[in-house]
This record gives sequence, C-alpha cells and structure tokens, in this order.
Amino acid sequence: MGLLQFFYSNRAEVWSLTLEHLWLVGLSMLLAVAIGVPLGIVITRRPILNKPILGTANVIQTIPSLALFGFLLPMPWLGDRAARLAIAALTGYALLPIIRNTYTGIRSVDPGVREAARGMGMTDWQLLWHVELPLAMGVILAGVRVATVITVGIATIAAAIGAGGLGEFIFRGLAMVDNCVILAGAIPAAVMALAADFLLGWAERHLAPTSRS
Amino acid sequence: MIEFRNVRYSPDGKRDTISGFNLKVESGETLVLLGQSGCGKTTTLKLVNRLIEATEGDVLVEGRPVREWDPIRLRRRIGYVIQEVGLLPHFTVERNIALLPRLEGWAPERTRQRVEELMEMVALDPAKFRHRYPRELSGGQRQRVGVARALAADPPILLMDEPFGALDPLTRAGIQCEFLALQARLQKTILFVTHDVREALIIGSRIALMESGRLAGTYSRAEFMNTDEPAVAAYREVLRIGD
Repeated sequence: MGLLQFFYSNRAEVWSLTLEHLWLVGLSMLLAVAIGVPLGIVITRRPILNKPILGTANVIQTIPSLALFGFLLPMPWLGDRAARLAIAALTGYALLPIIRNTYTGIRSVDPGVREAARGMGMTDWQLLWHVELPLAMGVILAGVRVATVITVGIATIAAAIGAGGLGEFIFRGLAMVDNCVILAGAIPAAVMALAADFLLGWAERHLAPTSRS
Repeated sequence: MIEFRNVRYSPDGKRDTISGFNLKVESGETLVLLGQSGCGKTTTLKLVNRLIEATEGDVLVEGRPVREWDPIRLRRRIGYVIQEVGLLPHFTVERNIALLPRLEGWAPERTRQRVEELMEMVALDPAKFRHRYPRELSGGQRQRVGVARALAADPPILLMDEPFGALDPLTRAGIQCEFLALQARLQKTILFVTHDVREALIIGSRIALMESGRLAGTYSRAEFMNTDEPAVAAYREVLRIGD
C-alpha cells in the first residue's frame, strides 16, 4: 500500500493522533514554561540554588526517555493515567533548556544597564519586569524553541506507555514491520517539529525588543 | 547636602578601597572628584545612592544618613548619569526619559510635557528624536538623553560618573558648555566624577582630588592652579603639555 493511500484511508486516525500529540506537547510546554522561567529567575537571584536546580534539570534530561516513562509508572497519582504521566515526563525534559536560557538571558543583560536602572530607583521587581525579562526575551524564546522541538520528538515515545500521540503509528509500524505505518507517525511529527521551530523562531525575531528597528 | 563622615569602604573585609574619607558637597555646587582610574571615585559615588554601603562611617544626604533612607526613595531623589551605557536599549528616547515619572505614577499628559520640556532643555528636537532607540543615536545624543532622564523627576542632587568620557573631544567640549549653562539655571547639587583635569576645571566649582581611596584635598579653581602640592602640580603639568 502506498504512503499517500495509507494517509488517505486512515485520515481520521492520523488527524486524531496528531491532535493528541499536539495536546501532549502543548500542555507539557505550558507547564515547562510556567515552572522553568520562574526557576531560571530564582537562580539569578539566589546563586546558591544555581547548581542544585540546573543539576537536577540536567539529570532529568540524561535519563533515557523510555526509562523515565517506566520510572514514573508506579507513582501514585501520575501512574493512574498514561497521558498524565507522559505530560509530567515531557515537562521534565523541557525544563533544562528553558531554565538555562532564562538564566543566561538575564545574566547577559549589560551590567551597566542594570546598574543604571537600579541607580534610578527601580525596585527589584521593576528591574526584572521592565528591564531584565524584556532584554532576555530573545534568549528565553530560543530556549522554549529548542525545548519544543525536543518535546515533539520525545512525545512519540509516550505511545509506549499508552499515552497516545503519533508514536502509536510508529510503534504499530515497528511491530508490523511496515514502513508506511511508521512514516504515518514520523512525518506528521517531523512537520509539527518544523512548524514549531518556524513559529517560535518568528516569535523570537518579532517579540524580542532589541531586534526591533 | 551630601556629606561623607569618616567613611571607609572595604569590599572584601581585607583591603580598603576608600578610607578616612571626609567631604562635604554644598547645596547648589558642582563638586568634581578628580583622580586616576581605580582610585575609588566611582565607589565614592555609589556610596551616595546606596548602590554600595559604607563599611564604616556615615554618608549623609540632606542631613540624614543614607542607611536610614529607604534606598528606592533615596535613589529617586538623586539623578544618576553614567558613562555611555545606562540607557535602556529596548526603550525609545521618550520612554527612557519618562522612566522615573512613569514609575512614580505621573499622569500621562504631565509625563509627556515633562519629556518635551527636558528634550528641549538638552537640545534634542522632540519631534525628531522622541521615537528613536538609543542605538540610533550618536554618543553625544545618547549622553543628552542620559542627562534628561536623570533630571526627569527634578531631583535636587545629581551624581555623574564620567558622563562625557566616551565622547570625542569636540562633542565633549560642546556638551560641557551646554552642561554649564544648564547648571547655572538649575542650580543642582552635583557630584561629578572624572579623570580628565581639563574637564574638572571647566565643570567644577570645586575640585576634590582623590588618591588611592583617600581625599588628597579640595581646591577651588584658583587654588588648584596655584598650590604647590605635588599631586596637584602633576595634574597641572598635564595641562601644560596639552597647551
């Protein structure tokens, strides 16, 4: 059976698995940003936390993804639902680039600018909100972009624990030794990764204030 | 207005960058801190707006020790201009100047008028420059914006750290003249840091000479030109070569 034909005759399933995949990735990224950016900010303020936080995120990222899904399986609340577990694991993977880029972005703000802002009487919050975060925005978004592309790929493995997504096709295809089925999962996932890369790259160029001319 | 009483500052608890420092800046005068790089001029300046805190002794602003001031309130009463950097690169000229009025919650109309007034004061055409970003300005223009921003909330005190240091000699001479005219009108209390003796003589109503963290002496222009002290004589020597 040809690839196009397979896509056509299974379009409903391709579509629903793509949406499922998108949902897994989207929710994980929202969580990762909601956790990672504040943590990145915290370690610019409390350097003592730098090593433990970046270290933990680093360790999470080095665990092979299939193993991480397996480790989380016996967890009380997480193990109840496969999607819940997959989102927790994917969030964990996305954290490192986001925390690291938030930290680096803020640290690379010109110290002269920071000192002038403080010298003018900005509070720490005002400094963060009006100066550091806007100036670090490009770097932070670059981190979100890397994390998103990685997450789209890793999310295919979530199918191994029954969390759904485009990995379903890939695992099914592997079991059936049918390249068509594998590609039915791999191609939409690759397209999704490219689209995310493009969109976030665009956001990076247009939302980061320093690149405005 | 600003007073240093026996101030010592040691960043690491071992070596003193400032010690035995006594100085009084009178209301309405421009006191220039003159000294070589690394002699503690900038540190002295930062002690005033509490960007750093004295290890020993007191710095008084308006008769009150700075450690008793709320640092944010203190800094908003003191304009701060530093060399080259310091403008927020992601803000337009207008927003840079309006920084403090906005933080202080001024009405938009009042802020807009104040920005216009200040831009005219520092000879920048509001219509032309208001919406530009700092990197679209020349060094001299950036420095004018820096001065306008420091003056925005009409602070009684200005701290200036080599504000004209990065400018070419001609631009610098021009902006120094304008600065003098402006100061004659505004009568702010100014503590001005420079390593350039020529600038010190042009700008300063008094000159305080610093040497490795200590005050070597304060002089009026005439005293500076006539004293026999070797430290001052060395600076005069530089002037002679320049002539």
